[in-house]
Parts: sequence; C-alpha cells; structure tokens
Amino acid sequence: MKHEKTLLAINDLSLEFRTRSGNVFVLDKVSIALAPGETLGLVGESGSGKSVLSYAIMGILDVAGQVTHGDILFDGSDLLKQKPKTLEAIRGKDIAMIFQNPRTALNPIRQVGRQIEDVLRRHTDTPAKDLRRRAIECLAEVRIPDPKLRYNAYPFELSGGMCQRVMIAIAIACRPRLLIADEPTTGLDVTTQASIMQLISELAAKNNMATLLITHDLGLAREFCQRIAVMHAGHVVEVAPTEAIFDSPLHPYTAQLVRATPVGQTYLGDLASIPGFLPDLRRTDLPPCRFAERCERRAANCGRPLKLMAFDGDRQVACHQAEVTEQVVTLSLQIG
Amino acid sequence: MIKSIATRLLGAIPNLIGVIVVTFILTRALPGDPAAFFAGASGSKEAVEQVREQLGLNKSMPEQFWIYVRDLAQGDWGTSMATGQPVVTELATRLPASLELTLCGLLLAVVVAIPLGILAATRPGSWIDHTCRAVATAGVSLPTFFSGLLLAYVFYFLLGWAPSPLGRLDPYLSAPNHVTGFYLIDSLIAGDLETFMGALKQLALPAITLGLFVLAPLARMTRASMLGVLSSDFVRTAKASGLSSHTILFTYAFRNAMLPVLTTLGMVFSFLLGSNVLVEKVFAWPGVGSFAIEALVASDYAPVQGFVLAMALLYVVLNLAIDIAYGLIDPRVRLDA
Amino acid sequence: MDSLIPASVSTPDNSRGVNAAFSRWARTLKHIFAENPLSLIAALLFVAMVIVAIAGPSIAPYDPLQTNAGDPLSPPSTKHWFGTDSLGRDILSRVMVATRLDLGIALSAVLLSFAIGLSLGAFAGYFGGWTDRVVGRIADTIMAFPLFVLAMGIVSAMGNTIGNIVLATAIINLPFYIRVARTEANIRRDAGYVEAARLAGNSELRVLFHHVVPNILPSMMVQLSLNMGWAILNAAGLSFIGLGVRPPEAEWGIMVAEGAQYIVSGEWWIALFPGAVLMLAVFCFNLLGDGLRDLMDPRKRT
Repeated sequence: MKHEKTLLAINDLSLEFRTRSGNVFVLDKVSIALAPGETLGLVGESGSGKSVLSYAIMGILDVAGQVTHGDILFDGSDLLKQKPKTLEAIRGKDIAMIFQNPRTALNPIRQVGRQIEDVLRRHTDTPAKDLRRRAIECLAEVRIPDPKLRYNAYPFELSGGMCQRVMIAIAIACRPRLLIADEPTTGLDVTTQASIMQLISELAAKNNMATLLITHDLGLAREFCQRIAVMHAGHVVEVAPTEAIFDSPLHPYTAQLVRATPVGQTYLGDLASIPGFLPDLRRTDLPPCRFAERCERRAANCGRPLKLMAFDGDRQVACHQAEVTEQVVTLSLQIG
Repeated sequence: MIKSIATRLLGAIPNLIGVIVVTFILTRALPGDPAAFFAGASGSKEAVEQVREQLGLNKSMPEQFWIYVRDLAQGDWGTSMATGQPVVTELATRLPASLELTLCGLLLAVVVAIPLGILAATRPGSWIDHTCRAVATAGVSLPTFFSGLLLAYVFYFLLGWAPSPLGRLDPYLSAPNHVTGFYLIDSLIAGDLETFMGALKQLALPAITLGLFVLAPLARMTRASMLGVLSSDFVRTAKASGLSSHTILFTYAFRNAMLPVLTTLGMVFSFLLGSNVLVEKVFAWPGVGSFAIEALVASDYAPVQGFVLAMALLYVVLNLAIDIAYGLIDPRVRLDA
Repeated sequence: MDSLIPASVSTPDNSRGVNAAFSRWARTLKHIFAENPLSLIAALLFVAMVIVAIAGPSIAPYDPLQTNAGDPLSPPSTKHWFGTDSLGRDILSRVMVATRLDLGIALSAVLLSFAIGLSLGAFAGYFGGWTDRVVGRIADTIMAFPLFVLAMGIVSAMGNTIGNIVLATAIINLPFYIRVARTEANIRRDAGYVEAARLAGNSELRVLFHHVVPNILPSMMVQLSLNMGWAILNAAGLSFIGLGVRPPEAEWGIMVAEGAQYIVSGEWWIALFPGAVLMLAVFCFNLLGDGLRDLMDPRKRT
C-alpha cells in the first residue's frame, strides 16, 4: 500500500537480542507504513514483538537489542542512522509514547505537573514563568478535573485512569505527529478504558496526530483503528482496513484471532483458542513462516520463502495459502 | 509536614526508653557488688558504702531505676576515677574530637562511594563497575584497626607523607580558640591557616581509615539502587520523552535511587560509631572512644557506661534525622503517615 | 526372570537415589565454581582454616607461648616465617593457634545467636500478636545501639572474659536472625502444607517446629555464613581494645594490638601477619556467604 505522504515507514526491519543463551530473533523483515493522522492498530499475542518494535522506533531499545537489517523512516529520514542527540530531540516532541501501568511509569516522587513541565522545558521555548500555566493547560486538555489542584499531586495519589491521562498529557504536550500507545488501557477498568481511548481518538483528530495503537485486545483495535496490522512471532502476517480484518481475514492466524475474540453475545464456550505455542525464537532453523507449525491450513509449499505481499488493493498478507484462505473464509461465512 | 516530624519524634521515644533501660540493666548486672565496682579497686569500705548510698542500691529495682533516670537527667553520670572529673564533663570535652573525626570519615566515604556507585551503574561492565564491586566485597572484610595501622605504616613510616599518628595536632601547634571544638572550623574562624593545615594533616589518616570501612556498604547500595532505578518504568518514560541524560540521571534516577541509600545510612552510622573507638585507639585520638578504652583498662566503669549511653543517644538522634530526611524526600511516606 | 523386572525396581536399597543425588550435587557445585571462581578460592580457604583450627597446636612449628624461641623482634626469616614478637615468640605459631580461638569464639557466638534468634523469630512470625510485639521490641532495642558499642558495654558490665565476648557478640547479632526467622515464618504461616498439618491434628507448636522451621532453615543458613565474618571482626575488635582475651593468649586481635606500637617504628610483621590472616578469614566467610546466597536465589546476584 502506498500513500502519497507516509509519515512512518518501517522497511524490512530485522532485530535480534543478544542473550547469554544465544541470539533471539525477535523481529524478522517487518514492514509497516503509517500515514499522517492515521490510527493503525498493531495486534498480536504477547511475545509477538509488538512492544519491541515500538521501542526500536523510539530508540529506547535495551543494549542487548541489535537491529540487523532494514530501516525506520520518519518523515523520510532513517531514525536508525541518526545521532543520539538528534533522536533525543525527536523523542517526546515529534514522536511520543505512552505505556501500560501508568502509575509505575511516572516518577513517584515528583509532582505530575512538574513532570509535564520537564517535557515542555526540554522541547519548547516556553518561558520559565509560563511553564506552570502551560502544564495546567495540558492537564485540562486531557480532561483531568481541577487541573490547578492536580498539578501538585503525586502519582500515588491518583487513580490509574488519571495517571494515564497525565501520561497522555506529557506525551501530547509538544504536539507530536506520531503517538505510540503501548497497551494504554491494560490494567484499567472497562469504563476507564473506553474514556481513555476516546480521549486519545479526539486528541489525534484534533491535532492531526497519527497513532500506533499496540494491543492484544482485538475488540479495542476494531473500535478505534482505521487499519490493523497483525503480528505473529516477529512477523507481520497481515495488514488491512479494520472491517476487512474482521469480515474476511486472509491469514489463518488472523482468522483464528478473530474467532477467539468475544464479540457481543458470544458464549465463552464457543470461543476457539489457537493451538500450540509461539516458536522458540532462539532457534537458528526457524522456518520462513513461523506460524506453519501451528497452522491448520499448512500445505507442502509452506516451506518456501515468504514475505508480505500486496493483495487485492490496500491489503497485505504473508501467506502462501492466502488465495485459498479467502475462498474458504467466504464459504464458511456463508454457511455459519 | 510538622505533623509527620512530630510523629517521628514520638516514634523515637520507645527507642530512647529502651536505651536507658538497657544501660540501667548493664550498670546493675555487674557481677558481684555493683557498689564495689563503681567505687573502684582501691575503694575503702566506707567509700563502697558511700557509693551504695549514692546509687541507692539498697532500694527496690523500680526505685533504683527512678534514681538512675533522675541522676542522668540531672547530669550526674558518675565520676571518672582517673581524672576525678564528672563523666559528663569529660564526655562533653572530648565529644567534638570524635564528632570531627566521624563526620570527616563519613564525608570522605560519601564523596567517593556515591559517585562510584552511580558510575558503576551507568557504565555496567566497565572497569569502574568492576572496581566498585571489588571495593564493595573487599571493603566489608577490612578490620578497621588493621587498615588504620597499615595506612599509618605505609604513609607515615614508609613514605613520610603523613604526620606521626599521635593525636589531633602536632605538639608544636596549639589548639585554636574553642568555638565549636572542631579544630578545622575553629582554626578557619580564627584565620589561622597553619593550624588548619596541621589539624587537617593529622585528621587525614584516621578519617580515611574510618571512611574506607563504610565505603563498601554505601557503594554497594548506591550501585544496586541505581541499577534498579535505571531499569524502572518511569526512567523508560523519561527516556521516551526525550529528556536530556542529565535530567534523567539527576532529577529522575538519582533522587529515587538515594532513598534506599539513605536507609543504609542508619547501618552506616552504627558501623561508624563503633569503628570510631578502634580508630581512636590506633591514632591516639583524644575523643570519647579512647576515653572509654582507657577507663576500661583501668577497670573504671562509670566512664564506660557513660560512653555507651552517650553513643546510643547520639545514634537515636542520628536515626531520627535520617527518618525525617527520608520523609522530606519521599512524599509517599510523608503524606501516608 | 531378572529381565522381566525393570532396572529401577531391582535395586532394593536407595543407593541409586543417593548416588544420583550426590552426582547431581557435585555437578551443581562444579557449575557454581565455574561461574564464580572466587567462591572456589573461598571454599579452599575455608577448608584450610578449618584444618588449621582443628590441628592448630600440633602443626605449629613452635610453642606459641614459648618466649625467646628466637631473637625478639626479628623480621621474617627461614627459621621464623612470620618473624618474632617483642618476647621472642614465633608469630607463625601464634597465628596458627589463634585460628582455633578466633573461629571458636565467632562460631559459638553465631550458633548461640542463630538458635535464640530462630526460636524467638519463628515464634513471633508464626503466632503474631503480642509475641510479635515483644520480640520486635527486643530486636529494636538492640538495634537502637551502635552494635560494637553495645558489645563493649556488655563485656565491661558482665566481666572481662572470653565467655562474655561470645555472649556479647551473640546478643548484637540476634536482631538479624530474629528478622529473617520472623519474616520467613510469617510468610509460611498460611501455606498449604501448614494448614494441612494443622488439620491433621498437630498442635500449633508441633506445626511450627516440624513443618515451618525446617523450611526457614535455608535462608537462616545464608544469614549464618554472612554473619561469621562480622562476628570474627567484632571479636577481634573487642580483643584489640583489651577486652576478653588476656595475654599471653594468642588471638588475632590482641596480636595486632601488641604489634601496633611497633609498626610505626618499622617492625611491621608483628601486626601485619595476624591482621592479614584475620582479613583473609573474614573475606573467606563473606565470599562463602555470598556464594550461598546466590545459590539460594540467583536473582539476588549483584
């Protein structure tokens, strides 16, 4: 899929972790593109590499992580080739990130208002006397009630939802063009989840901010994302507009994910689980398709080299059985 | 804020009471006749009886305790047989010498240990990291009295860099006018640089000896704490916000990392006050420690008990100070209490 | 006939199990020593010390109390490897014999502390309530003193004997054992197997000592080895200032004290050898303690 203007383009990114028990091949030829203002959902099981990918984009990978191939183009320039000082200027200003467990993600002994000020001081020319006022405005923007009072609060005095709002305030304070949200609602109760996601959506729309929403919750992705990219064991296996993912998933893994997601009135007993486990990513003999060993549609030609291929307009899929899958899915949808 | 300080003050009271009770038990748990003990080996029968009267040893335990507390509060901590002076006076005269030594030792240790620990944590696997870990492991094995002697041997006898380990000041120089009792401060107040340098030179080896001993636990805790904080979620957020490494290190990491180090200071003070005694003996330092040792050797027990009580009271106060300081830095403790 | 019986059943005794367990242990030990060569050195040192402590007087070249075994104040030579002191006594022999005394004092103190601390702490952690408060108070009161100073006070009050050195060292180490035992007992108080033991009709005391305490022991053992080094330092420190051991007894602390006056005039060997051996002993126990702790919980490795 090619957009006229691509904000973020990850091309064939491969990444490994050097550990004492060997190298772990965490990401393999991952390619993703994001347009300005677009919300892309990145979904997959734990261990699929979603978070690692986001850390690689931000440049906050652990020392043990090494990029072995590919590039990450933000606004045309490769983030992987930038000097650390340049990256520091981009982080928090052009690209921002929010994390799960918001309470532990904030400095426990620093007032939340001052944490927002730190970012403003770093990336903007706001004069010192205006910093406090600007910080309070940011708090108001994320709809924290009584922002003037809350400026002085410490994270332990705030609820999980409020802490997440504070983190969002820190992230959007400098009007970034890309927000990476790594499981922002995990650990929050359902109503808070909805209001947080709502907030992010509105802020994104207001500021023309692209969002990369990382989540294992397919239902959440369906509600808030325009497109969804599905990851499995360090591979992107399918990318498509949201409804296409749910109406006609092409990749067998996507299909199983969709079937395993509770929607509306489904009985728990009707939910299918996906058999098997993620392959051990330390293996040096990993097959080109890392899902093959668990796949119900595995065929003889699945051992062939594999990559993400364009399919039917703006969809992409990495599967040798994709053609077949589409027909089968269409058929089963007609029957069941 | 005032309330939390008051709470902590109140919390120190049980410890205070405990210390006084224990020292009471110690003074009365003497084998044989406590009166004879305090009257001394050369005490005549009348002297012993006099002491018995004074200490109220004929009365019941609770009454004795009351007499003991009353005497303490009134400043009657017994008399030193060697000098004939009240113990309280001797302790007060000698305390500045010990405090000066202890504080300098602590300062040296902190100035080395904390940067060492921080650097070791920010540069894992480097030579600094290995040095820090070696220091932390070896340092706790150092017997203070031995390291003091070694330092004196190397730097005084072999190299001649340090002056003779014979006290606070070279016999040619005279002590500065007494303002605080700290020779370093008093000589500066008097503008007497020669005395200042002289005092500093005498202070060097004993302070280094003391500092070496507490360097290990401080460096170890700083490194461990810093490592923990640097891999925490909120430091990750700070990095993701593009904050400068300076801000991340000092505003975000350091302050949080210092909390466990502050708690370690409690244990460090315990080591310091104990090792102080040993260092004072090695370097003939005229502080409360050597006072107690001389009394011990002469079987003069009132000074020893006075010394134990004084050090314990000082320790309670120091722990209280640490508690309050912790509350000032960590709002979670302050506001929850 | 035998071929019908599977091999694991045909051995009636447990020798297979024992041998297998032993070789597993040996492999674990080899692994630890390979990972951390220092702990191997510590272990060897430990063994050497124990041998010297036990054999001491019999393997010393000279009688440690024999004055004028050589010229007084003579430096290390082939006849006297560690030199002689002011009374002409052979320092090597004295250092060797002192091993038994120093290790003996430290071990007695630590074992005493261990036993009392374990009992008090386990009780407090298991039963809670006012037992917990009282025991906590005892531990807090001890910890309210700078520990070495308290030891000085105890020895000066109770009499200047080696027995009181052991007692004083034991008392100041008590809080550490109480704390470990208390925490561990508290954690296990509601564990499944403890509940089961109660339901089986065991009295609380029996449950505590037969079921909870054996599970506390591993962490207590770690504390024990970590404390040995500290106990040796304390005992030597007390003797250095003149408490406990009296001349002409050979003990590391008192030997350093005797050598102190000579070191600043150049006769370094009198204080150095006992001091160095003391340091080695403490270092050895600290390393062993660290090694044991890493064995118990690899996550704690710094």
